Amino acid sequence: MKKILKVSNLDVKLKERTLIERLSFDINSGTLTCITGENGVGKTTMIKTILKNFKKDNHVKFYIKRNQVQYVPQLRNIDDDYPLMVKDFIGLGLQKSLLPWISKKEKNAINNVMKETNLLHLAKTPLGKASGGEQQRVFLAQALVSNPKLLILDESTASMDKDAKVELLRLVKNITVKTDTAVIFITHDPLLVQKFGDYDLEIKNKQGTLKSVKGVNN
Amino acid sequence: MLSYPFMQYAFIASFFISVLCGLMGVFVVARKTAFFTHTLSEISFSGASFGVFLGTSPILGMLIFTILSSFMVGSVGSRLSRRESSISVFSVFFIGLGVLFLALADGQSSYATNILFGSIVGISFSNIVVLVSLSIAILVITTLIYRKLKYNSFDSVGASFNSRSNTIVSIIFLVLLACTVSVTAQIVGSLLIFALLTIPASSAKYFAHTIAGMTLLSFTFSLIGTWVGLYLSYITNLPVSFFIAAIETLIYLIAVIWDKFFVN
Repeated sequence: MKKILKVSNLDVKLKERTLIERLSFDINSGTLTCITGENGVGKTTMIKTILKNFKKDNHVKFYIKRNQVQYVPQLRNIDDDYPLMVKDFIGLGLQKSLLPWISKKEKNAINNVMKETNLLHLAKTPLGKASGGEQQRVFLAQALVSNPKLLILDESTASMDKDAKVELLRLVKNITVKTDTAVIFITHDPLLVQKFGDYDLEIKNKQGTLKSVKGVNN
Repeated sequence: MLSYPFMQYAFIASFFISVLCGLMGVFVVARKTAFFTHTLSEISFSGASFGVFLGTSPILGMLIFTILSSFMVGSVGSRLSRRESSISVFSVFFIGLGVLFLALADGQSSYATNILFGSIVGISFSNIVVLVSLSIAILVITTLIYRKLKYNSFDSVGASFNSRSNTIVSIIFLVLLACTVSVTAQIVGSLLIFALLTIPASSAKYFAHTIAGMTLLSFTFSLIGTWVGLYLSYITNLPVSFFIAAIETLIYLIAVIWDKFFVN
């Protein structure tokens, strides 16, 4: 288990309003940390603050490079006439090379990630024609194709039904374990936290407390 | 028909304008900045009259105005430029400014009004040289920033979190767009450029689902529109802009109907 991120005594602010005070927690590789709390406590703002302070702030210390972090945002607003096919949308995540074309190695990476996320049958479908749950898997695949060390999922399951949620998280969990990736998962769903979380960072009354999920259970 | 040099130039120019519109149009449509493109053409009109007012060349004023506003929009973020109210404010203000400069400059005003309507059959050899150089420059620059540009254009939300060169890529793209609009507007008119930058690419996205495919198809659509338009205009003696606009609209209608009834 390697250290990925260390946050110490960070104040999270939205404009001038302080949302979370003196927040401290660590993220290690191969673990899934859920961030929970009521609407508006500043979960997304916290992540944005941490990303914004990459290498700029004494309170946030990353042990990886910026391009090894992938953030999957909450909302993407894909119109139903969005033209790009699933395969090519996933390919947008490959930003390390400067070549204008996709190399053979990169093609393989796209194929592998589509296999892992059950998207092979949709490879040539325009993203706008895929269902909401399928689109979430595509967003996940786009984030995974660059082999991130830290994956941040922002309420990726909010619009999905129960089975699809569990399915997506099972996928994330498998990949985490297999590739030793750290995952931060912002969610409202206590069931998912219990089932898949290793740690739960609960934000309440401007304070964040990290506890081990399995520890509470045992 | 092709024995007249002005017709030859018109056909050659249409080819390169189609190259430019195919390349830029796909990104314009993906970034949903069609209306900013329209505003750019009004900004270029006011820039041209500013150039006339100063007594320098109109193209200089156009480039200054459009490039400055591209920098502005690129750094403020595209959300502002997509907002309906800010687009109207921009357009109205710049048209007003253009009219003011024209009044102050008196004389020579026909040049600046040409920018709005232009004339594809009034093209000179030097216009062609400019078009070809611009096409090459844009082709090279988009190739250089292609990966970042496609991420930034086709997944603006994702790129805003995961790519660190967003602002610079947006600015580069908008400056390229500003150059395209300014240079082509004085040749064929800004209205026609607006049509060719947006309609072919909007139609193409219903048939092609890769960036290369959409680019190729928008190029084809604008080439069909301009070449057939030129031919019809030649035999009927009616304005070429009408035919081009009508053909592009027809292609778009076919695309929408195709999508609605033949794709599930």
